[in-house]
Amino acid sequence: MSPARPDAVARRTRLRQLADHGVTALCLLAALVVVAPLLLILAHLVRAGGAGLRPEFFTHLPKPVGEPGGGMANAVVGTLVLVAIGAAFAVPLGIGAGLYLAEIGRGRMATLVRLVNDVLAGVPSIVVGVAVFGLVVVPMGRFSAIAGGIALGILMLPTIVRATEEVVRLVPQSYRHAALALGAPRWKVIHQIVLPAARGGITTACLLAIARAAGETAPLLFTALGNRFWSTRLDQPIASLPVMIFDYARAPYPDWNAQAWTGALTLILVVAALSAAMRVVARRNP
Amino acid sequence: MTMLENPPTTRPAASPAPGPAALPPRPVAAASREGDAAPATRAPHLVTRDFRLSYGVHEVLKGITLDILEHSVTAIIGPSGCGKSTLLRSYNRMNDLIPGVRTSGEIRLGPLDLLSPATNVVDLRRRVGMVFQRPNPFPMSVFDNVAYGLRLGGLRNRGELERRVESSLRDAALWDEVHDRLGLPAHRLSGGQQQRLCIARCIAVEPEVLLMDEPASALDPASTTRVEELVLRLKDRYTIVIVTHNMQQAARVSDRTAFLMQGHLVETGDTRQIFTNPREHLTEEYITGRFG
Repeated sequence: MSPARPDAVARRTRLRQLADHGVTALCLLAALVVVAPLLLILAHLVRAGGAGLRPEFFTHLPKPVGEPGGGMANAVVGTLVLVAIGAAFAVPLGIGAGLYLAEIGRGRMATLVRLVNDVLAGVPSIVVGVAVFGLVVVPMGRFSAIAGGIALGILMLPTIVRATEEVVRLVPQSYRHAALALGAPRWKVIHQIVLPAARGGITTACLLAIARAAGETAPLLFTALGNRFWSTRLDQPIASLPVMIFDYARAPYPDWNAQAWTGALTLILVVAALSAAMRVVARRNP
Repeated sequence: MTMLENPPTTRPAASPAPGPAALPPRPVAAASREGDAAPATRAPHLVTRDFRLSYGVHEVLKGITLDILEHSVTAIIGPSGCGKSTLLRSYNRMNDLIPGVRTSGEIRLGPLDLLSPATNVVDLRRRVGMVFQRPNPFPMSVFDNVAYGLRLGGLRNRGELERRVESSLRDAALWDEVHDRLGLPAHRLSGGQQQRLCIARCIAVEPEVLLMDEPASALDPASTTRVEELVLRLKDRYTIVIVTHNMQQAARVSDRTAFLMQGHLVETGDTRQIFTNPREHLTEEYITGRFG
């Protein structure tokens, strides 16, 4: 190849720099467009619901129709209870299944589990709600916090399973080899080396799944139902923010509609707080 | 990972040095420091007879017969892909992790039939330790890394743990550099320090045999020298098998050398003899750098 003339080289360099800047600008634009919806949603929620965000919203029960004021304290607590019930069984089960897929499962059984899990991830949440209605609510004879928690847990499962598998696969093989070469039996390798190494990623996955489930409405409609009062028993219907937002938003009363906005803002704040809290935990135990 | 590990079975503990010519380990080791060891007077610690290993249909090791003598350093050299690492990993059954591996022939560690399905690999690996090519400390503190194997063995007493961790780190020539920061995450150490940490972790459980798979190939020259010095010091107490790409390293640290090529053991003998007066033409070509 003959050496290119200096001015030709300079032109090509300029073109490359231009292309570089162009692509960088496009990526930045895409990033901004992605962030925009969240910002718009937040801005709108603050504008419409920010005014109702007073302490009594978190300390008072809903008032009967026509009475001004009142809050959604029971729904805030109810959402936390439902999410806790769901996480209580989805997190250990999901991590266990994810570990199985990453560390132990081979061949047809693993393929089957993975396939079923992927299908479960694709099941619409309303279908999960209806299924839990048939499998839990009908036999129990009533709507309940337990049924709602189960529905939310089922929705959390596939995310936790898949993410745990991925994260555990990322743990360097050299850790396992080192432990095995020291004479560690396999379960100890998994428990003492692999799990701690993957802890950050697994925590993030669980947090994502819990946050998603906390905002679900459809699976709660036929399971937890909703409640305008404090519920102290898990076998009774329980209030939740999404369902209450749903009820209040479609009610024909303007003050209820305003409270629905405040409820939506609260829901976002609850989810954000959940994320922040678990991130702190994850960072403290890297 | 597929691991073909066996349920624990109780087997009689093997005495480390059987054989008619077995001398007490210490005097032999002392003799070896004076330079010219008389390898013929040492007992074989690991006995390999017509050992074959294949991955699926591909035969990697084609009938290896080799004695590894106790309290000496045996270097396994050979071109890439000759099967030297595979042979090394056979001595602690790490090849069990690879699906589709089949073996035949015999490997014995003292009286223990190492390839037998009844052999408890967990026990085996406590007797035959391994140091890997890339330093692979666990993502935990320096102390916990060294203590890991000890805790696996059921040691809980804090004072005893501290004592054993210190002596292992001293043996691995790392104590002076880390004694005041044992809580530091191991990944913060330099590569050379990490590798010495891995050696400390390995010798903490007091294995009989130390397998080293190119332990210095990922290290800088200064760290390499330290690891080599370590190998020379440790052979007093351990039987060491070291796989290396580096011929000078083999010449520097080993008492005996085995030259492997394409799954065959071409030649084995005294390191000095292999490097100065090889019997086989292939060996001469390899060590003079004509191929590989």
